[in-house]
Amino acid sequence: MNRTKTYLSKTVEELKPSGIRKFFDLAAGMEGVVSLGVGEPDFVTSWSVREAAILSLEQGRTSYTANAGLIELREEISAYMNRTFHVQYSAENEIIVTVGASQALDIALRAIIDPGDEVIVVEPSFVSYAPLVTLAGGTPVIVNSDKSHDFKVQAADLEKAVTNKTKALLICSPNNPTGTVLESEDLTAIAEFAKKHDLLVLSDEIYAELVYDKPYISMASLPGMRERTILINGFSKGFAMTGWRLGFVCAPVEISKAMLKIHQYAMMCAPTMAQYAAVEALRNGNDDVIEMRNSYRRRRNYFVQSLNEMGLDCHIPGGAFYAFPSVKSTGLSSEEFAERLLVEEKVAVVPGNAFGESGEGHIRCSYASSMAQLQEAVKRMRRFLERL
Amino acid sequence: MTLSEKELEIVEILEKDARIPTADLAKMVNLSVEETEALMKSLEERNIIVQYTALVDWAKIDGHQGVTAMIEVKVTPKRGVGFDEVAERIYRFKEVKSLYLMSGTYDLAVTIEGKTMNEIAKFVAEKLSTLDSVVSTTTHFIMKKYKHDGTIFDQTDGDKRIVVSP
Repeated sequence: MNRTKTYLSKTVEELKPSGIRKFFDLAAGMEGVVSLGVGEPDFVTSWSVREAAILSLEQGRTSYTANAGLIELREEISAYMNRTFHVQYSAENEIIVTVGASQALDIALRAIIDPGDEVIVVEPSFVSYAPLVTLAGGTPVIVNSDKSHDFKVQAADLEKAVTNKTKALLICSPNNPTGTVLESEDLTAIAEFAKKHDLLVLSDEIYAELVYDKPYISMASLPGMRERTILINGFSKGFAMTGWRLGFVCAPVEISKAMLKIHQYAMMCAPTMAQYAAVEALRNGNDDVIEMRNSYRRRRNYFVQSLNEMGLDCHIPGGAFYAFPSVKSTGLSSEEFAERLLVEEKVAVVPGNAFGESGEGHIRCSYASSMAQLQEAVKRMRRFLERL
Repeated sequence: MTLSEKELEIVEILEKDARIPTADLAKMVNLSVEETEALMKSLEERNIIVQYTALVDWAKIDGHQGVTAMIEVKVTPKRGVGFDEVAERIYRFKEVKSLYLMSGTYDLAVTIEGKTMNEIAKFVAEKLSTLDSVVSTTTHFIMKKYKHDGTIFDQTDGDKRIVVSP
């Protein structure tokens, strides 16, 4: 009966399923749910981008591209990264187009990890970081960020986690789930730490287009950091292209070569149609990005103030589209809070502990929903809190 | 007139949703309700916010009689007042819903609403073409409205996202 189980990899068997799954199952069967649980933009990809993909199909562009991606796309990415984030990468051999930022992260980790290597992962974080380190044969070492520092990781805490096996550090700014943006001094402290211990920094910058208060600073733009940074970005969030599964990774030549080996064997290339769409997004999509960013900023202002007013203490998230309020004042755990809110008021949020133990006591609310939905959610949450 | 950043934000938000509660609008632009109300009042007084209206899809209403026509009008501008004088003569008619001065092969683009095609034909024949400065008119009747002022009438793009995702 249990025979098949013996065929499964120990590593995979020991992986914990994502805590988000449970809430998906619970919410998916309900009618009339206002969902703040969605980790993607509420915008549909702009029509000009969709139209470019349709055209590419009409023209019969359905074959493989170069392993690293269409050269014209890589050239656009190179120019875009330079003008937007002031980092220089060669289209020729330092940029790889991937199947979402997730695959970029996967090949980056697999390219640098030998069995037993440790990678520091800062939590609360996106659910797949630690599992991907494990799957690559490494050991994730968790360092927590906390609310007292607006969820900015502290160099002193990083120091405590370093061993002689530490190879890299994985950070994400703006952060999912906290919305925290690392500022110049935070990045400098992390960069100094990485240099001191000769570590690589895997910098997940997928939300870089969505910052609301200050210009974005890329880790790779800091002095001396380009050579030790693997920069991950993509089209999902800033360009509202999640379903296209298109990301990219920028790294110095030697690291890029190694990642390309994995990519060519495991993936061949990213979907061709999506690559043509991305070319259009980079050539003509900037106005759409600005419009979406303005819209998120206004909704953030509305939603975070509303949370604080109803008594859920929330720091101002500088980017992404998540608010990460504390629910400690209610005396409920984050799972209890999320479950009762869903059952009693049909508002779906994600409990903070799904993003690491340090997320306990918080919930992640995505404000990438229409104002009408947010207003309804605020009304229901207020009612829920008054009843508690 | 130069607007402050906050005023511009308020205008942009209200242009899309004029019915948003002021308390919510205030939060969106990070101001107090009083400050927001004061800015709105000032925008109204300066006639920058001219009116708050609803966009109605009359075609959905059974029994509604209505025809819209776009009329290209060629006119002779007058010394000293240019196009403004004849434009004013035309836009004062309540049948005229919009009027723009155009570049290109004609001068004024006039939108007219009436109950029937006959009513509009009568207006053009009796009121519009008889004006001294009007040289010629070309009338186009609108058959179906797909999109108006940036809003698609039959928006079918609902939220297709899965309810919870990482």
